[in-house]
Amino acid sequence: MTALVATERLCKIFDGGTRALDAIDLAVEPGEFVSIVGPSGCGKSTLLRLIAGLSPASEGRIVWPGGAPGRGEIGFVFQDATLMPWATAFDNVWLPLHLGGRSRAESRAEIDQALKLVELDGFAASYPRALSGGMRMRVSIARALVTHPRILLLDEPFAALDEITRFRLNDDLLRLWRAQGWTVIFVTHSVFEAVYLSTRVVVMSPRPGRIVADVAVDLPQPRQPAMRTSAEFGAVARAVSDRLSVAMAA
Amino acid sequence: MSDRLKGIAAPVAIALVFFALWEAAVRGYAIPPYLLPGPVLILQTLWSDGPDLFGSLLVTLKTTLAALAAATILGLAIAVLLSQSRLVERSFYPYLVALQVTPIVSIAPLIIIWVKDDVFLALLICAWIVAFFPIVANTTLGLNSVDRDLGDLFRLYRATRWQRLAHLQMPTALPYFLAGLRISGGLALIGTVVAEFVAGTGGTETGLATRILELGFRLQIAKMFVALLLLSLTGIAIHAILGIFARYLLRDWHESARS
Repeated sequence: MTALVATERLCKIFDGGTRALDAIDLAVEPGEFVSIVGPSGCGKSTLLRLIAGLSPASEGRIVWPGGAPGRGEIGFVFQDATLMPWATAFDNVWLPLHLGGRSRAESRAEIDQALKLVELDGFAASYPRALSGGMRMRVSIARALVTHPRILLLDEPFAALDEITRFRLNDDLLRLWRAQGWTVIFVTHSVFEAVYLSTRVVVMSPRPGRIVADVAVDLPQPRQPAMRTSAEFGAVARAVSDRLSVAMAA
Repeated sequence: MSDRLKGIAAPVAIALVFFALWEAAVRGYAIPPYLLPGPVLILQTLWSDGPDLFGSLLVTLKTTLAALAAATILGLAIAVLLSQSRLVERSFYPYLVALQVTPIVSIAPLIIIWVKDDVFLALLICAWIVAFFPIVANTTLGLNSVDRDLGDLFRLYRATRWQRLAHLQMPTALPYFLAGLRISGGLALIGTVVAEFVAGTGGTETGLATRILELGFRLQIAKMFVALLLLSLTGIAIHAILGIFARYLLRDWHESARS
């Protein structure tokens, strides 16, 4: 199968000379849910920013076999909800369409649909400060998917949320992924979150970040919350953890 | 008593005590009214001579508001220019600071000589020089304080420079601008008063500050106090109105406007 996006010997060296990423070869196929786990500072967020085109590669390249992504074809969700505090949930979701030159009226149907997908249909007129952390993150996800992107990049989106909210958002994200047929790259520092969500888990080493393991997760779909305590889940999680420990010790 | 009521009652009580002591001192020591009039006499003068001074107040207010409007428009324009590049900011900022820290009293005579045909314009320029800087400094800071991730998001969706300015930098800068505007409001009045002092009684329309000088020469001290009172009430009103305006604009989203 052809990859949707692939990195070839991708390196990132920061201005100060710090090597953040080293020779990353990663191919993501359409429909995959790939998680990247690694210790903090391993460059996993940098990798995501490079794929999004927010930061230039120092060496190597990023290939899009289906053609370079246009405006709105990459959805990005940051660690914080990163909403405009002066705009309502509706207007925050409108932003990507607005910047593409579409009026509020033209975009209404799509915005309403995106808010409905994240179960926030009653909150279009709310300002971010009136929403809970989890709801803000949902608005952020709605904003990322309103343009129907080819790929969704999520940079530790649930790290700042409490566990109950995080579990719920995990399940919502999975439900949407299955229903919408998205391709997702999900960066996290939680092995359990990565295994629960993904079809594939990529393990990175501490700086300079290298890929040290690529583990397929052959757990049945759809994933169920009860699975978190199953033996199979534990086995995959242990395998990923072991690879991570080896990388950390090296 | 509710907290809100206490918040009003306490300063009012202080004022009443202060005025009572003042009146008592003036009467007790028989201080002549051309040195220090008592509050009662000032109040009487406000009643009798207030209307006479009110016309002058309007003249001063007109200059103040015109200067504030000019400070807002030009201040915003300068801030937008400065925020376009670090080089532009570094090149021009020192001169804006120099203009700000040079005492207006020392530049005002020059400006009045240069634009001697139009006193209003001369006063306006003086007041503008005093008032514009807080708007420029605050707004520039605000325009450069964009959230990094939001900035990345705008780049991801390929926002134009104009879109970034209008939909990201301007809203980010709004609370900063409003804080600057409130400071500039007070400064516009101060600038107008100083300029009127320097300009003297040259024009056909006489501002409140010019009247204060004149009343001082004639030892009409009670009326001078009335003029002072009108000036400070004007300053307080400008401050309060701009505060309400800021809260109104920020009511939905900014922490400063939380009730």
